Amino acid sequence: MFLNQWNKLRHSKVFWPLMAVIALLIFNYFYIPGFFTIEIKNGHLFGTLIDILNRAAPLIIVSIGMTLVIATAGVDISVGAVVAISGAMAAYLIGGTLVVNNGVQEYVSDTPMALAIFAALGASVLCGMWNGALVSKIGVQPMVATLILMTVGRGIAQLFSEGQIITVYYKPFSFFGGGYFLGIPFAIFVAAVVGLLVYLLMRKTAMGLFLESVGGNMESSRFTGINSKKIIFWTYVICGLCAGIAGILISSNVKSADGNNAGLWMELDAILAVVIGGTSMNGGRFYLSGTIIGALFLQMLKTTIYSTGVPPESILVVEAIVVIIVSLVQSEKFRSLFNLKMSSKRKKGVIQSNEKHAAS
Amino acid sequence: MFIQEKPILYMEGVTKSFPGVKALSDVNFSLRKGEVHALMGENGAGKSTLIKVLTGVHHLDGGTILFDEKNIEPKSPLDAQNIGISTVYQEVNLCPNLTVAENIFIGRPPKKGGRIDWKLMNQKSQEILQRVNLDIDPTKLLSSYSVAIQQMIAIARAVDISAGVLILDEPTASLDENEVKQLFKIMRKLRDEGMGIIFVTHFLDQVYEITDRITVLRNGKLIGEYKTSELSRIELVTKMVGREIDEKEHSKQNKSIVSSLKKKEEHFLKAVSLGKKGTIEPFDLEMKKGEVLGLAGLLGSGRSEIARLIFGIDKADDGVIYIDEKKISAMYPKKAIQQGMGFCPEDRKKEGIIGELTIRENMILALQAKRGIFNYISRKEQEEIANKYINMLRIATPSMEQQIRNLSGGNQQKVILGRWLATNPKLLILDEPTRGIDVGTRTEIQKLIRTLANDGMTVLLISSELEELVACCDRVIVMRDRSPIGQLRGENISESIIMKTIAGAGANVS
Repeated sequence: MFLNQWNKLRHSKVFWPLMAVIALLIFNYFYIPGFFTIEIKNGHLFGTLIDILNRAAPLIIVSIGMTLVIATAGVDISVGAVVAISGAMAAYLIGGTLVVNNGVQEYVSDTPMALAIFAALGASVLCGMWNGALVSKIGVQPMVATLILMTVGRGIAQLFSEGQIITVYYKPFSFFGGGYFLGIPFAIFVAAVVGLLVYLLMRKTAMGLFLESVGGNMESSRFTGINSKKIIFWTYVICGLCAGIAGILISSNVKSADGNNAGLWMELDAILAVVIGGTSMNGGRFYLSGTIIGALFLQMLKTTIYSTGVPPESILVVEAIVVIIVSLVQSEKFRSLFNLKMSSKRKKGVIQSNEKHAAS
Repeated sequence: MFIQEKPILYMEGVTKSFPGVKALSDVNFSLRKGEVHALMGENGAGKSTLIKVLTGVHHLDGGTILFDEKNIEPKSPLDAQNIGISTVYQEVNLCPNLTVAENIFIGRPPKKGGRIDWKLMNQKSQEILQRVNLDIDPTKLLSSYSVAIQQMIAIARAVDISAGVLILDEPTASLDENEVKQLFKIMRKLRDEGMGIIFVTHFLDQVYEITDRITVLRNGKLIGEYKTSELSRIELVTKMVGREIDEKEHSKQNKSIVSSLKKKEEHFLKAVSLGKKGTIEPFDLEMKKGEVLGLAGLLGSGRSEIARLIFGIDKADDGVIYIDEKKISAMYPKKAIQQGMGFCPEDRKKEGIIGELTIRENMILALQAKRGIFNYISRKEQEEIANKYINMLRIATPSMEQQIRNLSGGNQQKVILGRWLATNPKLLILDEPTRGIDVGTRTEIQKLIRTLANDGMTVLLISSELEELVACCDRVIVMRDRSPIGQLRGENISESIIMKTIAGAGANVS
């Protein structure tokens, strides 16, 4: 029974990214003192692990959206720009004006915060609709279609800030990306809720099945009565919304918005997280849990590299080397180069266990 | 029988196998200078394999090819070109974003001092185009010309590269009548200049209009070489389809099945002057409830196109569809499914299965699309459906969680059948449901078709297997050259009558 489950896990797509995370954890246990220590200060949890989770939250959210787009055999390279737009818009609308109430200095928001966030998310949805329309209705190649918004998006974000960094003085705004809820950083809750909602949408409605069907074989899906265009369109909308949520978390965390640098190159990290998580760029099957593990791995890798004192000039190189190793280990072809005999034995074992499974 | 002139191309004992299939076995083929030679045969006959061997895409397992009395072994299309064999395909494979002249000289531009001599190139292009009576501007982009012109440019290029043998692989499939005439003019001109032309087509009229000789292949074997003027249409079709006429036996078989039918007169579907330009001429069609209607005809006769219009895969630009006397405007697949239709497409791999998904997922897909995205079929119901049809259709698989691409063709087809049966359709369209499927499964599927019809389902059956049509159908509509040309009922449905109708027995050339 246990062996069966182990085999199942061993052959699931999540296995290798999970192994990579565990390998990093083990490495950190030996090389970073106090890596696993979690303390409670002022009723809040503190520690490197919590910090990694907190920092990974925006990337997890963006990657979840990216997973869906990649499942349709597309890609959205505008997510970084949408992160910037959403953050800049929220920061611009909220801002903060100093007023004196009964002798107490206080900052109030220029626009009600709920409205500002609603507007920022609305703008992100519009961005997603734009991408979705270009790809599904007009038939532009996803890379090219989203390249437009990737370029223009940063320009739009800078229009809000007139090229400057907008600082948000209104205190409550910093809660989303910097506050705590039940002792845990609020951003982690946001990521968890987004993950849960997307999971429910994908696996408790037929959306996930249709997505995999469209990504797997668009022509067959059409013959089955699935409206591929509509599915693809909404996928980009969800991806845009995810980027928008991440944008608010990021700008809230630093209490400011930088149209130029917020979410810069985030699209690449997100794509990487999706691929490490086992979803193929060719579309079809997607793995939300794999993506989340992939995003966590990337964030953990960054933290590890910084904490182990790798010289700043070689950080990117080290990161690249680790990513290459993980990608190679994930590839079945590469693994089979090393253990041809082993794997053939293993395959036989699997077939037998499958037969047993079928017989029972 | 023929004048003993030396052929420019002579293939002897040509054999080619693929895993599990013998695509060509011991085929002879000869092409003389100054003739247009039709290569005929149904799907899987070995036409394209023969051409691919000739152009170096595939390599021979056995046999010899003589070109101009010299032994040749083309290693690649480029190699074949250098020897003197050029091919023009149905889809023009030139570069639309280059100019006409660039396309003509692609890979071999005229040079002056190491640099491309553009002036000479454009000038020479003009001359080459003149040879095929084309008066167009060679400096314009290829994409600015119609497919027909592009095809002629491709021919001009092929002719310029190698003047020996020209292979035209279904060049007329996407051309209209006038364009075909123009193409034929060029072909005649080249023939008169002494070129040997191999012409592959599915249009019988064109074969009789342009060719001098016909070679017929069937199942990878040579059936024979004939002078076009000495081979009647009915003989040609008989040789292609490969059934000697044995009327009594088959009509008897047919009768016994049809007599078991309850005759119902209500119509499920009526199509009035439905058509799409360049695909199929406007046609009328009625389907009764509980009827198996067959569509017969050679490949390219418009059989599948009818099905695609009815199911809304292609948009009709003319005509109306009525279902249960209700007028349906603008058909598309989802609407078709909601109206109670199902469609097993011809190309299982490209249009049927979703290879990466499991049997279970493939099977519930159409039902899920019918119910809508938010009305998700519970896992339990999915498993019940999958189990039901795996048992009913006897699908051989260790588990319903197996990826469908791991199944054999026959089992994949059964999954697709299950997918549509799960939607409880009133009209099931089956396009070549038994192609590439073993004999046992074939019989099972044919029996299933009869059972479903007897239970009141309407079935539209498209098949190249005349035997299958005779065995299953209550009524057969015969198609030729994109139009229905005849209708057979009851005892009249026999292989010989279908073949005669396809050939247009005694009918004059249109």
